[in-house]
Amino acid sequence: MHGPATTWRVETRTKTSTIFMAFGALAVIAGLLAPLYVPRAALQDLFFILTMLVLAQSWNLLAGYAGLVSVGQQAFVGLGAYVMFAGVLLFKLDPLVAILLGGFAAALLAIPAGIFAFRLQGAYFAIGTWVVAEIVRLVVAQWKTLGGGTGTSLPGPATRSMLGIDLAKNLFGFRPAQAVDVICYWVALLLAVATILLVYRLLRSRQGLALASVRDNHEAARAIGVDARRLRAIVYVASAFMTGIVGALIYVQKARISPDAAFSLTDWTAYVIFIVVIGGIGTIEGPIVGVLIFFGLQKLLADFGSIYLLVLGLIGIVVMLFAQEGLWGLFASRTGIQLLPVRRLLRGGSLKN
Amino acid sequence: MPILELDQVSKSFGSLKVTDDVTFGVEPGEALGIIGPNGAGKSTLFNLITGNVRVDAGRVSFDGADVTRTPPMKRCHAGVGRTFQIPQPFEKLTVFENLVVAAAMGSRKAESEVTDRCADILVRTGLVERANVLAGGLGLLQRKRLELARALATDPKLLLLDEIAGGLTEAECRSLVDTIRSIHASGVTIVWIEHVLHALNAIVQRLLVLNFGKVVGIGAPEEIMASSAVREIYLGIDV
Repeated sequence: MHGPATTWRVETRTKTSTIFMAFGALAVIAGLLAPLYVPRAALQDLFFILTMLVLAQSWNLLAGYAGLVSVGQQAFVGLGAYVMFAGVLLFKLDPLVAILLGGFAAALLAIPAGIFAFRLQGAYFAIGTWVVAEIVRLVVAQWKTLGGGTGTSLPGPATRSMLGIDLAKNLFGFRPAQAVDVICYWVALLLAVATILLVYRLLRSRQGLALASVRDNHEAARAIGVDARRLRAIVYVASAFMTGIVGALIYVQKARISPDAAFSLTDWTAYVIFIVVIGGIGTIEGPIVGVLIFFGLQKLLADFGSIYLLVLGLIGIVVMLFAQEGLWGLFASRTGIQLLPVRRLLRGGSLKN
Repeated sequence: MPILELDQVSKSFGSLKVTDDVTFGVEPGEALGIIGPNGAGKSTLFNLITGNVRVDAGRVSFDGADVTRTPPMKRCHAGVGRTFQIPQPFEKLTVFENLVVAAAMGSRKAESEVTDRCADILVRTGLVERANVLAGGLGLLQRKRLELARALATDPKLLLLDEIAGGLTEAECRSLVDTIRSIHASGVTIVWIEHVLHALNAIVQRLLVLNFGKVVGIGAPEEIMASSAVREIYLGIDV
């Protein structure tokens, strides 16, 4: 009765993905050495791209994989940045150490914010996260030692003496101001690579599948033994941590902070959503593609003032109408190419190919 | 000792009593059918057994332990598997991934340990050819089969089937019944809500009749079908 013995295996890696991995490793090395052959202005552009990429990856993890559509990520950017400022100005910490502190503060904020927002579903969750961000902004604006509503600046000596500056100065002969940019850029590159690898690792694990199951169907996920609440809470806090760290880093480089800028809905959430939606929500490649398009558009339309925002909005609408999976999603479904594959394909047995 | 025991379980939604003082037990290896008109509270009864809905009063025991206050995922770990009346696939995962996540999370094993079991279940439920397609793209029969396959992947001791044969053609229904029979034969206890009575009667040893949240009869199928309570509910015959 029995047919030939069947052996099954699961395939996740593809030939393209192996090539991409090698290419990615080379790109990271080239990126690390970029300060040697790239002018300072371009380095600042790269810093912008990398930090927006980290924000986009962590929002994508929330919305695209955990189904938590937050429009309050500016709470974590702003708090991370302000706590970093507090660490440097009030406790004389090294800015790089204060960045970590900013991340932890954001993660800590995510706990009460989550307890509040997790009681809400769908659109109400989004509004709830926005409300939290506004509350934090209003509270921080009362923080007189950090400039209250008008904000404050990082003293030049603090950043010019931060960890690694001497290395950058001595090793490559950079001037102090340039060395600050180089250190910030390296940290941004490190964060971007770490975030992508972390998200990729998570999605390749069974917890990643569990997360997708919660996103697709909450009740059914609970019925198959998934602790939906705990999983969502972990992702929410982890994403707040990443967002807080990168927020703090952005403001080490900016060296000037105000509540309106640090808690800007447009800069830290709306643009980030644009990036993820344009690129492709629910994929790791999407935000990478999205951030490059966003940067290109910004450069292209920088001189046109508010027309820039109109064009962004229009492109967002067109993509949502005609390519709901984003540009990467469209490309991937047409070509079948996945650079960072997370699909588990069953092979062997009676299955062809 | 019964594997599943409900003791004076009640549940109300607002002023509507959907489960009213329900008491019954299911023996290990048994197959029990639940029938009753629409709105009798059958699916709610399942939700109370799985923990997706909490009881207002009474006690639910599973496998010798009181699980009245246990959350759904822990009941799943303990061995309660279920299908939903309206299939609830994880639409953006493939059919195979739907099973992998259920097997890995439901029986708390590493992904690599569950590949063979998942593939085997796909073969048994006739889904193996669709293993690598997105679950969102499946038709009704295959969605129903996926419900069954995913519940099996959690390695249940007790399988709750909620109108799994509803809406299927005669031939589809027959092949589904064959699958369920083999599952039952492998030692899984089954509680099955169904309107398609001939499908039900091909498997179950006992029938339970629910009406307005109350148990109005429980016993051998032929006895139940002949009873005045059932004739009254289903045929509107006065007795």
